[in-house]
Amino acid sequence: MFYTGAAPNQQAIPAVDYLMKDEKVKRWVLAGTDYVYPRTTNKILEAYLKSKGVAQEDIMINYTPFGHADWQTIVADIKKFGSAGKKTAVVSTINGDANVPFYKELGNQGVKAKDIPVVAFSVGEEELAGIDTKPLLGHLAAWNYFQSIKNAKNAEFIKNWQAYTKNAKRVTNDPMEAHVIGFQMWVKAVEKVKSTDPDKVIDALPGIEAPNLTGGTSKMLPNHHITKPVFIGEVKADGQFNVVWKTPGLVPGDAWSKELEGSKDLVGDWVTKKCGNFNTKTNKCGGA
Amino acid sequence: MRALPDRLVALLFALAIALTAPAFAQPAPAADPPAAAEPAAPALTGLAGALAHFLEDDFAETDTGIGEVAATADPRAATIIEALQDGRLSFSAEEKKVFYKDASGNLIDALSGAPVAAEPADLSDVRLNNRVRRALDAAIGGLSLQAREPAKRLQSAEAVFKSREGSVLPALDAAIAKETDAKIKQAMVEARAAVIINSEDASEVDKLTAIGVVRARGDQEALNLLAGLPAGSPASVQRAARDAVASMQSKLAAWATVQNAWYGLSLGSVLLLAAIGLAITFGVMGVINMAHGEMVMIGAYVTFMVQEYIRTSSPALFDYSLLIAVPIAFVVAGLIGILIEQSVIRFLYGRPLETLLATWGISLILQQAVRTAFGPTNREVGAPSWMSGTFSVGQINITYGRLWIILFTMAVFVGLLGLLRFTRMGLEMRAVTQNRSMAASMGIRTARVDALTFGLGSGIAGIAGVALSQIDNVSPNLGQGYIIDSFLVVVFGGVGNLWGTLVAALTLGIANKFLEPFAGAVLAKIAILVFIILFIQKRPRGLFALKGRAVEA
Repeated sequence: MFYTGAAPNQQAIPAVDYLMKDEKVKRWVLAGTDYVYPRTTNKILEAYLKSKGVAQEDIMINYTPFGHADWQTIVADIKKFGSAGKKTAVVSTINGDANVPFYKELGNQGVKAKDIPVVAFSVGEEELAGIDTKPLLGHLAAWNYFQSIKNAKNAEFIKNWQAYTKNAKRVTNDPMEAHVIGFQMWVKAVEKVKSTDPDKVIDALPGIEAPNLTGGTSKMLPNHHITKPVFIGEVKADGQFNVVWKTPGLVPGDAWSKELEGSKDLVGDWVTKKCGNFNTKTNKCGGA
Repeated sequence: MRALPDRLVALLFALAIALTAPAFAQPAPAADPPAAAEPAAPALTGLAGALAHFLEDDFAETDTGIGEVAATADPRAATIIEALQDGRLSFSAEEKKVFYKDASGNLIDALSGAPVAAEPADLSDVRLNNRVRRALDAAIGGLSLQAREPAKRLQSAEAVFKSREGSVLPALDAAIAKETDAKIKQAMVEARAAVIINSEDASEVDKLTAIGVVRARGDQEALNLLAGLPAGSPASVQRAARDAVASMQSKLAAWATVQNAWYGLSLGSVLLLAAIGLAITFGVMGVINMAHGEMVMIGAYVTFMVQEYIRTSSPALFDYSLLIAVPIAFVVAGLIGILIEQSVIRFLYGRPLETLLATWGISLILQQAVRTAFGPTNREVGAPSWMSGTFSVGQINITYGRLWIILFTMAVFVGLLGLLRFTRMGLEMRAVTQNRSMAASMGIRTARVDALTFGLGSGIAGIAGVALSQIDNVSPNLGQGYIIDSFLVVVFGGVGNLWGTLVAALTLGIANKFLEPFAGAVLAKIAILVFIILFIQKRPRGLFALKGRAVEA
């Protein structure tokens, strides 16, 4: 398996860094849907925040069921948590359909991005197309690609996509870019070994480079993740994002988080070690 | 021999310099102005100097620029700041000029105030981020404290309360002295207190008085202010703030109970709205209608289409779009319901398992049909102006949208009760459900009544969809989220009893909202489910069971 999407260190950690440095956030709400991705991301974030000196009482973790539609209590709780005299932000790993009622409730209860910004990892251009974005102005998202990033490659991609869908308003988003990169990498690997035999392509893929749509070149790493730039964007009234921050270079994806006990000693290396969870302490394959 | 080449070299050198000098001279004047501009720079003070920050396309520079523009006390400052806030401010890096668009869309040079004939080629907007927006709020707070419109004055007082910007104090004092509106004056006094608490050179006595003012305000903003006292405050001030925080927190906790009850009422009314149609099809007719949620979904899509049509044809009617959508959603969902009854369900009366499977199949067909027609993504349904915003009663916030949904649910409930109680159709419905064969022998066309009843239940689900489009996703999956809750409500309330449905929906809503703060959303949901399972074990017919012969039929 090759992973072209963002690893937590390519999305969550940079977003938290941005809020900490630029918005001077001191208090954190980690809100997520109750399943493995938010729970893992929040575990990593909690460890990361604590390593940066954030006290336990300044972190509020909240989980909701899938498709949660009644956000009144939680938004009120967030408001209450945010009124302790410290700058507060919400890191949202809320997934799928629950997002729309969540943002609607934020808007209804007057939670503005100026006061309590919400940074999300699963809200992109396509999701915003289904919401009235006015109350969301200024809320943030962390991705490795935004449609609003200006360069020739991206402009061409958007043009082709809109021509293909016969819809001049159709938006592009981050997962699409991940596929563009992934497909190009696969093509290059196939060209290199002159075969579509999966085993040969798998061996050829690490080290392959392909241009991404944000003006850089992504590289497939031995741990089967790729290098990606990280962008923080603010929601604009037209449903696009205004890039307010980006990492100076491309960030290599970590297969195992460096922030968590039991995970930080592990590395994925399919080239020399042929192992997805190699323990660097015990020098053995097979995790902790 | 040696001297000659030396001299030659020197000569060549001189020649080279003479030849290239003009070439060097070319860039030299260009490089000169920065040096020459040093003495000229003071000319760029005031507004021109402040505006120069906007040319950098950098958030930090823009932030500085806002502060400087506001500090110039120039009459143009307010116009420029407001234009920036509305996203009407643009700049041309080439011409080194800043422009704004006025109300009629004309481009105006911000410095000279003169209209610009030709738009510069590299015109781009001055971009905003949260930091810049906060700076704007603070600047506006200082600038429009004496604006003519009361709403603006109130807004700027609130902005000062949040920004606690010390420099506006003189302007604030002047505004307080002039203000006649008691409410705005109070907001300004509170804003002044916020500034005093955070200022370094205010006296201890002033600060203590200020804490008293903020304490009386008593809301979350006030709490936020007092909890985040600046580090260097005197001990007596810190003690007073701690006392105030403690007393405000206990008061807010009491209000939180009221707020929870309101949230519960709101959730209950949403449950009731979703379940009330099912109370007819399942409760009265006994059809296990798994496609009920899809009727809700269809109602929401009808709202979307009505809004799309209004947006393109007559945007002025947008505020009425939901009112227009209600009857259309009722008719569309009702007709689809009648179609389903006539084509599938009427062959399956008395066979609950087959009905369940058939209606489940129908629900999948409807979802896929909508997905094919409208796409799998969410559709945007806007909120009319009268459904947006909040107001507060004491320390609880009530959102207009939720309030209208509660009122709407009550209206639908009362309307339905009236229909069943006072109309001929309602009479026939009750007769058929109580004793089908007796009703038939009295000359009631039971098949027609069945179709109409099912249509009524479906139509009401469609109406629910109009309201739910305001708080949930308009997507093909909308209905799935409500079907289980709807069955829970109807079963808990007692099958065949509208009042039972009402009580059950409100009970579940309020119980859920009081559990949530302690147990979290996930556990609260599980707890409710377990409670209902246990309850049904004890009273299989729900809260208000129908008694007598009707039950046996």
